[in-house]
Amino acid sequence: MNIPDDLFYTETHEWIKREGENVRVGITDHAQSELTDVVYVELPKMDRHANAKEAVAVVESVKAASDIYAPVKGTVVEVNKALEADPGLINREPYGQGWIFVLKIDNVDELKQLKDSEAYRKQIG
Amino acid sequence: MTEAASRKTPLYDEHVRLGAKMVAFAGWLMPVQYTGIVAEHQAVRNNVGIFDISHMGQFIVASTPSSQKSGGEGAAATWLNMMLTNNIDKLDVGMGQYTFLLNERGGIIDDLIVYRIGDQNFLLVVNAARTEEDLAWLQEHFSVPVRIEDRSANFGGVAIQGPRIGELFHALFGKDVELPPRNAIADLPFGETTVSVARTGYTGEDGIEVFFRATNAVKFWNAALEKGKPLGIKPCGLGARDTLRLEMCYPLNGSDLSPERNPIEAGLGFFVDLSKPNFIGRDVLLKTKENGLCEKLVPFRMKEKGPPPRPHYAVFQNGQRIGEVTSGTLSPSLNWGVGMAYIDAAHAKIGAEIDIEIRGQKFRATIEKKPLYKKSTS
Repeated sequence: MNIPDDLFYTETHEWIKREGENVRVGITDHAQSELTDVVYVELPKMDRHANAKEAVAVVESVKAASDIYAPVKGTVVEVNKALEADPGLINREPYGQGWIFVLKIDNVDELKQLKDSEAYRKQIG
Repeated sequence: MTEAASRKTPLYDEHVRLGAKMVAFAGWLMPVQYTGIVAEHQAVRNNVGIFDISHMGQFIVASTPSSQKSGGEGAAATWLNMMLTNNIDKLDVGMGQYTFLLNERGGIIDDLIVYRIGDQNFLLVVNAARTEEDLAWLQEHFSVPVRIEDRSANFGGVAIQGPRIGELFHALFGKDVELPPRNAIADLPFGETTVSVARTGYTGEDGIEVFFRATNAVKFWNAALEKGKPLGIKPCGLGARDTLRLEMCYPLNGSDLSPERNPIEAGLGFFVDLSKPNFIGRDVLLKTKENGLCEKLVPFRMKEKGPPPRPHYAVFQNGQRIGEVTSGTLSPSLNWGVGMAYIDAAHAKIGAEIDIEIRGQKFRATIEKKPLYKKSTS
């Protein structure tokens, strides 16, 4: 299972990439493999403000719908429109073209509560 | 249901070896997918796929030898005709039919296939989740010298489905052996043993279901995968089984069928012979026919490309709630959201528009004819 060392992770299987005052968010390789073929993505609304652990997006596989959570408090400033036409990007490139949204972080300190790659690797066993 | 309490089919180790994602289903650990639901679904629609169906229950119902001596030759058939909705008398030896086991209220305990494997000898293939309940119900209603044997634990089975079934069948059983006709079952030699091959399935594709002793399961499974390799065979899990059956509008027990629903409401009256003088549930079904239905199971298709419908989503028409989705998915063949829902019978008109509520938002859908997916016959 691919778990890049330069990313942060949540218990709910989102990955987080720090980009200055923003974070880019997607779901992990492990999560996409558990979800199976992604067939629909409901993107967050632009400019929406969300608390940490608040559901902001939905990823649907053939079998089920799964909530995607904001990893930290912040405002949605970018969404991956490419997923509307090609939701399978999440399966093929979970850490690349399969990103879901970008949050402008309210409080940079909150990033300290996220897991590093080692902790996430331990979590999924 | 905890995984620890789940049973393993004789093919469990093969599934794990093939990298299947295993899930608890109806008390069994079953593969939900190997490589991916969509790829497995397409293998069945375009080539051929193989499914483990060893979790399904298998009963043998037969007249006891003593009943045959005392002139009660027809005991097993007569009794099954009381217990099941379809007409056993229409079955020649070697033929099978889809049928229902109903409670006194006409509700569906199980949907199953009964095969006449001898004059007074029947094989019942039932849903895994209902096996114990079915057996208890059948035993509770014994009134004639009939023997019922639950062979589920000692037998396994696979479904092999897809347009290339003919080629695979001949590769497995010999080029001079004929495929049993549709709905027929035949005992065929396979290596040193004998297996039962039925021309049935749950996918809408041509195919067979093969029943064998559990001890032969691994050998048969691997032979089919080996011989099927040049044909593009894929092992397929419960995920693809569900999308394939839903495209055909075949009901899933526990979702579309339940003890609170009867076969008429489910749109499956074809498999109920009300001209039989008596069977359990008949009175209620006659009344249902007379008084009209309250609700009806209808297939539907989303109007726009959007989120797929799911079980338990509410159904509306003109702002009024008229029912609930029981099955829904993104159809891999159509790449479109489809499903089935129980709705007020008054609104159940083909072509009528309904709204499916998905996460608080309504999405338009159209009531369709069965099946939701039709193969182009070109």
